[in-house]
Amino acid sequence: MAAPLSVEVEFGGGAELLFDGVKKHQVTLPGQEEPWDIRNLLVWIKKNLLKERPELFIQGDSVRPGILVLVNDADWELLGELDYQLQDRDSILFISTLHGG
Amino acid sequence: MPAPQCASCHAARAALRRPRSGQALCGACFCTAFEAEVLHTVLAGRLLPPGAVVAVGASGGKDSTVLAHVLRELAPRLGVSLRLVAVDEGISGYRDAALAAVRRQAARWDLPLTVVAYADLFGGWTMDAVARSTAGSGRSRACCTFCGVLRRRALEEGARLVGATHIVTGHNADDMAETVLMNFLRGDAGRLARGGGLGSRGEGGALPRCRPLQLASQKEVVLYAHFRRLDYFSEECVYAPEAFRGHARHLLKLLEAARPSAALDLVHSAERLALAPAARPPPPGACSRCGALASRALCQACALLDGLQRGRPRLAIGKGGGARDEEGPPPPPPSDPGSAPGPADGECGAACKERCE
Repeated sequence: MAAPLSVEVEFGGGAELLFDGVKKHQVTLPGQEEPWDIRNLLVWIKKNLLKERPELFIQGDSVRPGILVLVNDADWELLGELDYQLQDRDSILFISTLHGG
Repeated sequence: MPAPQCASCHAARAALRRPRSGQALCGACFCTAFEAEVLHTVLAGRLLPPGAVVAVGASGGKDSTVLAHVLRELAPRLGVSLRLVAVDEGISGYRDAALAAVRRQAARWDLPLTVVAYADLFGGWTMDAVARSTAGSGRSRACCTFCGVLRRRALEEGARLVGATHIVTGHNADDMAETVLMNFLRGDAGRLARGGGLGSRGEGGALPRCRPLQLASQKEVVLYAHFRRLDYFSEECVYAPEAFRGHARHLLKLLEAARPSAALDLVHSAERLALAPAARPPPPGACSRCGALASRALCQACALLDGLQRGRPRLAIGKGGGARDEEGPPPPPPSDPGSAPGPADGECGAACKERCE
């Protein structure tokens, strides 16, 4: 049984355009049976934050290739990617790399 | 699972794992390593000798922002000076915002900035005008082919204006890999032959060009910008979604999921290609109009502009398209659904900096 969690979700590199241009979101995730991990955070984001064109952010149960995920400033690769279990006050940043430079 | 310790300083928590070595580094040590690698790329390839005046192609985007920042850090060690050159293609709703980002950067870094506009250089032809002229059927955007060629010319002009001896652009490993794939997919033997190597020597009077970030993966460029808190412009060109490069990019992303080093490996392969004798391009001559390097009578830029002026914009796109003097009244606007923007020999093919062609 997971208690409600307070986390910061941030979007950058152009990804914010899918979220009304808002970069930082303070989010309270409700208490639920299973623990909160990135996998179900993405489901929550798709349902509650994503304003348009979900296929540009999510592919299958993960993020679209080309979107980097940092948890507390660390690449999610180091933390188990979708399986990383969220902690209270975590900061999750999604940076899109899909544009010209 | 907690992140491991940084393998370099052993003091901070690791922030990422480097794709090639698998080494886990903290943000600060990663940035130091990234800068050291760019320095090594430049020194080992003798790309920017001491005393060079380096024109940095600056678009406001992530790659040229990182490029300018890193070179600014390395400039004292290299003994070079930098000038920012930004190209205004005349794409409303896109380029104006990007240029604002470049202006902020020039001010913050105290670097001279010169902006060159297509409208001034190419007789009023903005990209928006080219797009309208080339609109119609076709599976991919033809205007992006124009933009790649004209941008290259514009950058050359801007570099000359500021007295540069060298030009640098921010192409990263993923860009180079996409270009390799595009050239294969379109059967462009000429570009495949010329595309490898770290830079072009500058034949036919052109300034030498190089891409110091060529061995850096796109992901690492973005992470560097993140850890250094660099401000860049991150919207897609309005024409990009329909450009051919998108297919190559998509394919590359799929490949990278299975093999993280795919981009670097593709570039590695392309650099080592030897063409069959029948495929080797003829030695280039000089454009009869402007004197630039060209495989045909007119260089690519002159041929494309010629086609636009005559109302036949697709003249110089496609393998058979070249400059041919034709008499007679200008024909009606082009409508040939069959021809995709294929390769046209001419100047050596540089990847358009935008994620579009």
